[in-house]
Amino acid sequence: MDPLILSRIQFGANISFHILFPAITIALGWVLLFFKLRYNATGDSAWMRAYFTWVKVFALSFAMGVVTGVTMSFQFGTNWPGYMQKVGNIAGPLLAYEILTAFFLEAAFLGIMLFGFRRVSNRIHTLATVLVAGGTTVSAFWIIALNSWMQTPAGFEMVDGKAHVLDWWAVIFNPSMPYRLVHMLLASGLTVAFLIAGLSALRYLAGDRSESMWKALRTGVFTAAILIPIQIFAGDQHGLNTLEHQPQKIAAMEANWNTGPNVPLVLFALPDEAAKENKFELAIPDGASVVLRHSVSGVVPGLNDYPGNHPPVFPVFWGFRIMVGTGILMLIVSWSAAFFLKRRHSLPKLLALIMVPMTISGWVATLAGWYTTEIGRQPWLVTGVLKTADAVGPVAGSHVALTLAVYLILYVLLLIAYLSVLVHLALKAAKDGDASPLPGAMNAALSQQAAGE
Amino acid sequence: MTFDWPTALPLIFAGLMGLAILIYVILDGFDLGIGILFAAGDDAEQDTMIAAIGPFWDANETWLVLAVGLLLVAFPMAHGTILTALYIPVFLLLVGLILRGVAFDFRAKVPAGKKQRWNRIFFLGSATASLAQGYMLGVYVLGLDVGFGGMAFGALVALCLSAAYAAMGSAWLIYKTEGGLQRKAVRWLRTTLVLTALGMVAVSLATPFASPRIFDKWFLWPEILYLSPLPIVSALLFLWLWRQTFHLPRPDDRHALRPFLTLAAIFALGFAGLAWSFYPYVVPDKLTIWQAASAPESLAFILVGTVVVLPIIIFYSFYAYRVFGGKATDLTYD
Repeated sequence: MDPLILSRIQFGANISFHILFPAITIALGWVLLFFKLRYNATGDSAWMRAYFTWVKVFALSFAMGVVTGVTMSFQFGTNWPGYMQKVGNIAGPLLAYEILTAFFLEAAFLGIMLFGFRRVSNRIHTLATVLVAGGTTVSAFWIIALNSWMQTPAGFEMVDGKAHVLDWWAVIFNPSMPYRLVHMLLASGLTVAFLIAGLSALRYLAGDRSESMWKALRTGVFTAAILIPIQIFAGDQHGLNTLEHQPQKIAAMEANWNTGPNVPLVLFALPDEAAKENKFELAIPDGASVVLRHSVSGVVPGLNDYPGNHPPVFPVFWGFRIMVGTGILMLIVSWSAAFFLKRRHSLPKLLALIMVPMTISGWVATLAGWYTTEIGRQPWLVTGVLKTADAVGPVAGSHVALTLAVYLILYVLLLIAYLSVLVHLALKAAKDGDASPLPGAMNAALSQQAAGE
Repeated sequence: MTFDWPTALPLIFAGLMGLAILIYVILDGFDLGIGILFAAGDDAEQDTMIAAIGPFWDANETWLVLAVGLLLVAFPMAHGTILTALYIPVFLLLVGLILRGVAFDFRAKVPAGKKQRWNRIFFLGSATASLAQGYMLGVYVLGLDVGFGGMAFGALVALCLSAAYAAMGSAWLIYKTEGGLQRKAVRWLRTTLVLTALGMVAVSLATPFASPRIFDKWFLWPEILYLSPLPIVSALLFLWLWRQTFHLPRPDDRHALRPFLTLAAIFALGFAGLAWSFYPYVVPDKLTIWQAASAPESLAFILVGTVVVLPIIIFYSFYAYRVFGGKATDLTYD
């Protein structure tokens, strides 16, 4: 068994599973802050109910993110020792800053945010929410900085086969970093917006008409409706940046084999790398040239310019199409729902039914986009500096195979458990509604807080 | 030894990493220990035990992230060597931590009928993670020996470190609970102390005999004179702790925190002994901290952040512990 292939599958599986949870916590922290600030401003306990419902989802997602993140930090050493040995001088400090500035902050204040409502003043509780939300975002900043540097490295020189830093500013704010960060933060926002909208639609279908359900539903739908056009624009800008710095990735995304003008936009195809052509191609003439160069005669890079040095075409081409397709679906669903909520103050049952499976649309788009960009970097681990094949460790293939099998089983089971708990929490909230009294402790706390502030 | 930055920086980071590991072992030690003791508690007691660690475990585990992070960022050569040699135990540790971390959250949110299942997973995860850590310590002490002898010794240390964690957990419960559970915790502490002491003796004896270099560091005159307080004070603290267990709980619950602090001191002394044995190596007898370190300009860049941030981390950790001070009460999301 080839440890390289197995290690790649294992790392891919781990990071795929890991990214699902930061994709939620980054934006959900800010949504919780929004609920909390609305409660502070209005004193309406429905906002606090929404907070308590969604803080549980936050806690669970955070725990999943932490444990899978710890796994990742060990795997650099167990499976990819060549990575830190070659670029450790750059990757190391960025990871260290993530742990120092973000991780501890979140972990310490999460306790107060989750369990401290009765123990600290309302102000400190709000502050804890701010710090946790800020922590997750700062965390994303450092990780994206490192990931972007691996895509478009800058600000360093190679001395004796090791990367040494020349300019930290250039390392952190490397050419693709701002685009990647904005694209990821918006992706997180959309993931959370659809998660909240979808589970609230489930509550709605279960007969829940409580004020906290409406508040959460509206928050989710309007956030999605506002963010999706911004994301489409940001994604387009990100694509142009990739065209400039990683043309071979763009060639794979478009499944374009020959460099030249008048390149069609391929809608459907089965790219065949052996024959260097597309089977069953369905394309819009000159489309890719127009999208990427804003002119029918714009020159688009082709894969044949990068023999043996371009990413696998099939997963990159399809990953990109799944991401864009999901994005279009998000646009249609969120704008329809926003229309009905704004104009009609209601939600048609059919639309609610469509919104339930859309709960995980953010995950689908994020993963598809992630595969596009990460597989699109191959065969490089760090573009032009370190090939993936040169970073793998001297571990026996059988060991990697064994651990991979266990990880996969574990991840599938945990994913099922996670999703069923989300549904359970939504239905439980639907059953309780606003009619049932708040738990005694929460009632006391709310009146106490109201009196105190 | 000249004292310029390229010499000093790896040393500083070795110290910081040591500190992070020690804090991790003490803090996550007690919550892993409570996970192990979970098997011995009844339903209501389990809820109280969870409440005793609920607000803290996340921050506690972060010290492991910092310790591994520092190994990764400050000593990248050693990170790869150590972790590839310990591939399977690291994997078991991770599976254990994953299961424990999520079970903790799931058990409070699933429908009532499924809670028992997540309780068992919580115990299993905690036990697996503790055993894996002990095994790794045992193998590391023998210079990453993964032959039969190393594995057998690893298994012994695995059991003893788990017992030591269970002892930490018991001591934390004595501090955080009252009534029947507190009296139970006193009995648990007494049982687990025996194995803890055995483990410390085993590691103390194995370390010098595994390496002539370490033997010479401990048993040459006059070093033996300076170093003798370490084992002697540890032994006295053990005896004192053993005596405390016969007088707990005291009227008005006085000195309830004392067993935990005593154990923490014993851990710190044992850790100081290990650190002295291995210095200046980060991979025993193979790679020194200077050979394994990152470039000085990278270490300097991290140090700036560390000097600013570490005091803040310690400050807000104290604050979080203070907010949730006193006896554990029901853990609810409000």
